[in-house]
Amino acid sequence: MFRQLHVALRTGIVTEPAPRDADVERLGGRLARERRRVFGRSLAIRHVDAGSCNACELEIAALTGPHYDLERFGLHIVASPRHADCLLVTGPVTRNMAEALLRTWEATPHPKLVIAVGDCARDGGIFRGSYAIVGGVGDIVPVDAVVPGCPPSPVAILAGILDVIGRLR
Amino acid sequence: MATLGFLAAVTVGVAATVLGLLGAVGRAWTLAVPWLVPLGGLELALDPLGGFFLALVGAAVIPASIYAIGYVGGERRGVLAYLGFVVAMCVVPLAANVMTFMIAWELMSLASYFLVLHDRQAGASARAAWVYAVMTHAGLACLLAGMLLLAAWTGSVRFADWSAAGPGLPAGARGLALVLLGLGFASKAGVIPLHVWLPLAHPAAPSHVSALMSGVMIKLGVYGLARASLDWLAPAPAWWGAAVLLAGTVSAVVGILYAVVERDLKRLLAFSSIENVGVILIGLGAGLVFRAVGLAALAVLAIAAALYHVVNHAAFKSLLFLGAGAVVHATGTRNMNGLGGLVKLMPCTAACFVLGAAAISALPPLNGFVSEWLLFQALLQNTRIARLELNLVFTLGLAGLALTSGLTLACFVKAAGITFLAVPRSEAAARAHEAAPSMRVAMILLCVVCALLGLGPTLVLPALAAIAGPLVGSAPLPALGDWLTLRVSREFAALSPLALTTALAAAMLAPMVLLRLAGAARRTRRYETWGCGRILQTARMEYTATAFSNPFKRVFDFFYRPEKRLDIEFHPDSRFFVERIEYGNPTRPIFEDWLYRPVLSALSVVARRARAIQSGSANVYLAYILAALLVLLVLT
Amino acid sequence: MITDIVLALAQALVGAAGAPLLVGVLRTLKARLMGRRGPSPWQPYADLRKLLRKETVVSTTTSWVFRVTPYVLVATMLVATVVVPVVASRTALPFAGIILLMYLFLLGTFFLALAGLDSGSAFGGMGSSREVAVAALAEPTVILAVFALALRADTTTLGGIVERFAREPLLAANPGHLLAFAAFFIVMLAETGRLPVDNPATHLELTMIHEAMVLEYSGRYLALVEWAAAMKLFVFLTLLANLFFPWGVPDIVEPVPVLLGLLALTGKLAVLTVALAGLETIIAKLRLFRVPELLAGSFALALLSVTAVFLVP
Repeated sequence: MFRQLHVALRTGIVTEPAPRDADVERLGGRLARERRRVFGRSLAIRHVDAGSCNACELEIAALTGPHYDLERFGLHIVASPRHADCLLVTGPVTRNMAEALLRTWEATPHPKLVIAVGDCARDGGIFRGSYAIVGGVGDIVPVDAVVPGCPPSPVAILAGILDVIGRLR
Repeated sequence: MATLGFLAAVTVGVAATVLGLLGAVGRAWTLAVPWLVPLGGLELALDPLGGFFLALVGAAVIPASIYAIGYVGGERRGVLAYLGFVVAMCVVPLAANVMTFMIAWELMSLASYFLVLHDRQAGASARAAWVYAVMTHAGLACLLAGMLLLAAWTGSVRFADWSAAGPGLPAGARGLALVLLGLGFASKAGVIPLHVWLPLAHPAAPSHVSALMSGVMIKLGVYGLARASLDWLAPAPAWWGAAVLLAGTVSAVVGILYAVVERDLKRLLAFSSIENVGVILIGLGAGLVFRAVGLAALAVLAIAAALYHVVNHAAFKSLLFLGAGAVVHATGTRNMNGLGGLVKLMPCTAACFVLGAAAISALPPLNGFVSEWLLFQALLQNTRIARLELNLVFTLGLAGLALTSGLTLACFVKAAGITFLAVPRSEAAARAHEAAPSMRVAMILLCVVCALLGLGPTLVLPALAAIAGPLVGSAPLPALGDWLTLRVSREFAALSPLALTTALAAAMLAPMVLLRLAGAARRTRRYETWGCGRILQTARMEYTATAFSNPFKRVFDFFYRPEKRLDIEFHPDSRFFVERIEYGNPTRPIFEDWLYRPVLSALSVVARRARAIQSGSANVYLAYILAALLVLLVLT
Repeated sequence: MITDIVLALAQALVGAAGAPLLVGVLRTLKARLMGRRGPSPWQPYADLRKLLRKETVVSTTTSWVFRVTPYVLVATMLVATVVVPVVASRTALPFAGIILLMYLFLLGTFFLALAGLDSGSAFGGMGSSREVAVAALAEPTVILAVFALALRADTTTLGGIVERFAREPLLAANPGHLLAFAAFFIVMLAETGRLPVDNPATHLELTMIHEAMVLEYSGRYLALVEWAAAMKLFVFLTLLANLFFPWGVPDIVEPVPVLLGLLALTGKLAVLTVALAGLETIIAKLRLFRVPELLAGSFALALLSVTAVFLVP
C-alpha cells in the first residue's frame, strides 16, 4: 500500500507541455469572447458515444491520464449532462442513438458547446451513406467545432477543446 | 350525527386538557363515589403525573376527532366505540384505586378492540383484533396479579396507600411486583417481545384511531410503568432501572429495524411507535438508575426528557398517522410500492407529512430534536455513577439510541420520499385527491404543535421537571437555563432553539442574497429527468420502497433472516420462455417463530392434557364439587 | 454581544470562503501524487463562478423539495461553520454542541436524500438509499467518540472541550483519545464521501453514493450543492483538527490571537489534507456492502476508546 506512494513520489510529474496549435474546424456563430468569458477557466465535459467504434474513446480516455492531463486547464469530465457545459460527441450518429443524443443535448443547460470528435462525427466518416446512420453530429444537434481524424490524437482533441474555449496560446 | 359524536369527543378532549394541565401545575383534586363500583368504589385523584398524561390524552383527542369528521364522512358505525375509548383513556390517569383502574383499562381495551375490528370484511382485520385481544388480556392478567399482590401486602386497594407503604416493602416482594406490573404495562406499551399485536392492530384500525392508539394509548402503558416504578414501589432498585433501560434499547433498535424494511405505510408507523416507546423507556430507565444511586438532579433530567419525548411522539406520530390516513383515503392502498407523486396531487398533506417525518427523525429545529438531545445529555453524564456495570448499560443505551436515530432518518426518508415524491407508481395513486378540509385542519394544527414544542423547550422543560421532581424526591429542581437557552448541569451542555432557528433562517436567506449579488443566471427550464437518454422514462424507473431498504436488509440479514422465494412459471410449450416470475424476500418473523409459536404450542399441549378433566359425565362433576367442598372445609 | 456576532460572521466567512480552496488543494495534491500536474488549487472557485452563469434545468417530476434542498444544505453548513471552533474556542452562539452538529448534518442529509428520490430516476433513489444507510451506520460511532471526549472534558459543548484540552494537555494523553480520533476519521471519510467509501470523482453511477443524488442539479443549484459539500469537508477537518488537537486555538476573541489561531488551523488543515490525499491515492474504493464492515470497525474503535477512557484514569 505504501509502496504505491513511494513509486508516485519517485516518478514525479509526467505531464507533457500544453499543445500550441489546433487543427479544428470551428462552426457556429457564437462569439469567441463570450465563450472565453464563460468557459475560459472551467469547462465540464460530458462525452456522448453516438455509435462510435471506440477508437476515439480510447484517445479521449488518454486525456484524463497523467501524460495529457486535461484537468490542468480546468477541464473535467462529468457523468451527467446536467452538470456539463460541453458535449464531446464521437461516432457517426446511428439511428438508435439519434434520439438519445438529442435528449442529452436538451438535458444540458445553456450555454453549452458541442464538439464533434473524429471523422465519423463530422459527416459519418467511413460509414458515410450507411443505412444504419443518420449522418454527422451536426445533423442532430448544433455543433460548435469538429476535430477531424480517425481517430484524432489526444493532443489534437485537447488542442481542439482549448481552441474552442479560447485557451490556446 | 357522526359529526356530533366527534364534536362531543373534541369537547371531552378540551376538558381533559384543561383539567390535566391544572393537575400538572400542582392543583390536586379527588373524587370518591364509593357505591358506584364494588370492591373499593370509584375513586379519582388528580396529581401532577396523572394530570400530565390526562392533558396528553385530551390534547391528542382534539386533532384526531377533528380529522375524523372529514375522514369517516358521516358513517355512524364506530363513533360510540370511539367516544367510549376516549372517555376510558381519560379515566385511566385519574384512577386512584384498583377497581377504577381496571375498569377504565378494560373499557379502553374493549373499545379499541371494536375499533380495530372496524373493517370486518377483511380477514386480516379479524386476525389483528384477535391477537390484540389476547395480548391485551394477557397483559391484564399480569397487571391484575401484580395489583392484587400489592393490595394483599399493603392491605389496601387505594394507590395513595401504596405510595405510603412502598418504602416499607421487602426487596423480594418489590421485585416481584415490579416485574408483574412491568410485564403488564410493557405489553400495553408495545415493548419487545410483547409487541406482536401492535403492527397488526394499528394499521387495521381507521387512521384517527391509529393516531390515538399510537399517540396516547401506548403511552398509558408508559404511565403505568412510571407510576409503578416511581410512585407505588419507590424507591425502585438499580437493577430494575437498568432492566427498563435495556428493554428500551432493545425495543428501540428492533422496532426501527423492522420499520426500515416495511412496505406498508401504516405498519411502518406502527413499528416506529415501538421504537419511540423504547426511546422513552431508555429515558425512564436512566432516570430510575440515577435515582437509585442518588443522583437526583440527573434523574429529574432523564425523566423530564422521557416525558418530553412522550409529548413529542404523541404530536408527530399522530400527525404521521393522520397523513397516512389521508393517503389511504385518497388512493385506497397502504402499499408504498404503489404510491408516489402525491406531492403534486395532495400538496398540503405532503408538506405536513414531510414536516412530521423531519420531526420524528429528530432534526433541528423541531420537537423530536429537543427530546433526543436531552436524552443524550442525560445518558452522557452516566460517568457520575461509579459502578462499571451500570456504565456499560448506559453505553449500550447510548449506542442503541444513536443507531435508532440514524435508522429513523432512513426509515422516514423512505416513508416520505417514496409515498409522496416523484411520479405515481400506480393508477390508484395517479387518481388521488387532496384531503378533506377538516383533515387538513387537524394536520396543520399538529404541525404547529410540533414547531412550538421545538421552539419552546425553555418553557416546557421546567414544567416537566416540576412534574418529575416530586417523583424523584429531589427538593430543589436543577437549574435549566433561562428563556433563551436550555442549560444542562451547569456547563455540561447548552441549547438555544430560538437562536438556532434564527441562525438557520438567516443562513437560508444568505445564499439567496449572495446569488442575487453574484449575478447568478435566473433562467430555469423544465425538462424530463435525466434517464441516460433512454426513450421510455416511466414510473417503473423509480426506486421502490423494497429497493430503498435493500442495503439495510443486507447489512442486518443476521437479524432479518430473509427467506428468498422464487416462483417461475414457464410457458407450457417451452422451458426457454417464462410467463411469470414471482420473487419474494420476506423477513422471517423471529419473535413469532422463536417465542410465540413455542409458547402457544406448549400451551395447547397443556390444554389438551387438561381437557381430560372435562369428561362430560355429570357424576364426575358432582364428585369434583364434593372434593372441592371437603378441601375448603379442611383448610378453613 | 457585538463581538459574538462579529466572531460568528468571521467564522462563517472563513468557512464559506475557504472551503472551496480546501477542496482544490486536495484535488491538486491527489493529482500530483498521480504524476500529473493537476488543476490549480483555485479551480473550485472558477467552477462555482461558471455554474452561476448557467441556466438551471429542473426536472418535470420534481417538486418544491428539490428546489429547497440546496438552500437547506448551505444553511446547515453555514450554521455548522459558526458552531465549530474555527478561529476561537468560544463559539459565538449558545448552542455549540457536538450533538447539535451531528443533527445539523442529518438535516442536510434528510433533504438531500428526499431530493434524490424526488427526481424519480433510479440513480437518485439509489444514491438516497445508500447515503442514508451510511449515515445511519455512522451515527453510533459519532456518539461514542463524543462520549469519550465528553468523559474527559466533562462537557459536550465544543468550546468547552477545546478549552479544557487546551488548558490541560495531559487529559488528552490517553489511548482513548487517539482511538476516538481514528474512529472519527473513518466517520469523516464516510460522511464527506471520500475514498474508500465513495469516490468523489467517479463517473460510474452504479458506484456513486453522494454524487448520485445530485445528478439532477444544474446551474446555481449545483453551485450551492457543491459549495455545501466543500463546507462539509471543511467542517469535518476543522473538527478533527481543533477538537482532538486543540493547541493553538485561542480562547479570547482579540485580533492577534485570532489571527494566530487561523494560522494554527491552516497548519493543521494542511497536515490533514496531505494525509487525506495520500490515503485516497493508495486506497481503492470498497465494495458498497463492505462499507458497513468498515463502519462497524470504526464503531469498535469508538467502543475501545470509551473503554480506554473508563479504565485508564
